[in-house]
Amino acid sequence: MEWLASFWATYSTLVLSVGTNVLLALSIYLTLACGLLTVANAAFMGIGAYTAGLLTVHAHMPFFFALLCGSLLPASIALLIGRPTLRLSGVYLAMATLAFGEVVRILILNAEDTTGGALGLNGIPQLTGWFDVALAVALALYVLLALARSRIGRTMKAICQDETATELMGLNVRAYKLFVFVLGGALAGLAGALNAHFTFFISPNEYGFERAVEILAMGVLGGTGSPWGAVIGGILITLLPELLRGLGHYRPLINGVVLILIILYSPRGIWDLLRPARSVRRPAAN
Amino acid sequence: MLKLSSLSKNFGGLQVLQDVSLTIPERGIFGLIGPNGAGKTTVFNLVTGLLAPSAGIIEFFGERLNGMPPHRVTRRGIARTFQNIRIFKEMTLIENVSVALGSRPRYGALRVLLPTRRTREAERLETELARTLLAKVGLADRAERLAGTLSYGEQRRLEIARALATEPKLLLLDEPAAGMNSSEKQQVMEEIVKLDESGLSILIIEHDMSFIMGLCREITVLNFGSVIARGTPDEIRASPAVIEAYLGREESRELSD
Repeated sequence: MEWLASFWATYSTLVLSVGTNVLLALSIYLTLACGLLTVANAAFMGIGAYTAGLLTVHAHMPFFFALLCGSLLPASIALLIGRPTLRLSGVYLAMATLAFGEVVRILILNAEDTTGGALGLNGIPQLTGWFDVALAVALALYVLLALARSRIGRTMKAICQDETATELMGLNVRAYKLFVFVLGGALAGLAGALNAHFTFFISPNEYGFERAVEILAMGVLGGTGSPWGAVIGGILITLLPELLRGLGHYRPLINGVVLILIILYSPRGIWDLLRPARSVRRPAAN
Repeated sequence: MLKLSSLSKNFGGLQVLQDVSLTIPERGIFGLIGPNGAGKTTVFNLVTGLLAPSAGIIEFFGERLNGMPPHRVTRRGIARTFQNIRIFKEMTLIENVSVALGSRPRYGALRVLLPTRRTREAERLETELARTLLAKVGLADRAERLAGTLSYGEQRRLEIARALATEPKLLLLDEPAAGMNSSEKQQVMEEIVKLDESGLSILIIEHDMSFIMGLCREITVLNFGSVIARGTPDEIRASPAVIEAYLGREESRELSD
């Protein structure tokens, strides 16, 4: 038991980060599986983190309530911005959600009185335990696996391949897109809320462009064929920098090379590599 | 059942359809022909809600379809196939058809999260229904394959099975025989006749004259976005306007043989 205690003392933040990053990867999986390139999840994470953080720090609200608000508020905002932005597709959707992310970051930066601005929000109580993260990941994974297995997952797959054809099958494609966007927002917000309660301190720049790309990388690296892909992506992107610690300054470089290699050799992500049976049946053309 | 009144569509300054009126009664096979660029597919796109008409009215069983989103048009009972096949290539045939069955879910959303025996039973029935539909177009033996592995003609038939899964009253087929050899064409013709017997109306766009003349009860001819003729296959063959605008001398002699 002693080694476990010392392991936890050293690596608790890392283990918890793996959990919250898996949640983030799952949040981007939802939209990627529908073929939607959105990069708003870092902003949703930020909204969740600040909502929950402010509730526990200033309003002394119970942790559970803070977590709930930390995922419901970004979900509501996703509902609001989803209606107009999800009409866009491809790069335009990416640009619109990127712009939204910047707006959120700058709003947090400038609302100094409540958020602390550039100085960040300090002294967030460390309430997140391994149990909370494990429960959140298990719950999210259960829901997403159930969705993926059901007719909803089948429709998501169809939308990803041909939106117009899916619509003409009598399915409300716009509603499906809004649904995955909002659920993704809730998950990213929950990840942010949990994350804020073990890092002690949060600042607006943690939820900017770099984070958005990192989340996207987890989703793409793992693969969008299954929620398990997102789990793999989340774990790898968190652990890779730690495993490469010995490389010092070259760490980000190797990180990038690994990403490029995987995108080159398995554009559908690592999950696809692990399922050779499926790729044999795939037609060689296209 | 379907009534187009003075339908027009322009893209900017380009008039694609002008004042097109067309009525499709219940039951029967109807043809829509015309040279390339005559606006045939645009008619399908307007009817299915993919495009909004610039002017005119689209009615289906007396209900106006103008401005209705595509998924609702489909649920009203209009299904279509595409000129450039649009199947879900990376899904199995069963999955392709099941997607279309999903517009009439046989179990609620909550059942997705907490599947019970009844959910699984509903799913099993859905798969069975999909298999039956695939059998209708002669693809039952390939049900578990990925759709992308099918031949061109088989993909077209899969599209028809998928369209049927939405339980249409009117089926719009956009060049169902394109790129097929003559035996495949014959097979598709037989399938279309069978569909007609099952009680739905079918509107076909097709370039293959023997195909369309052999199947249709009535044919409408479009040229440069306007209706230039309408009638039975024999009337169309004899129409001077059609011969001049579309068929040409050589082809007209060939057809009257």
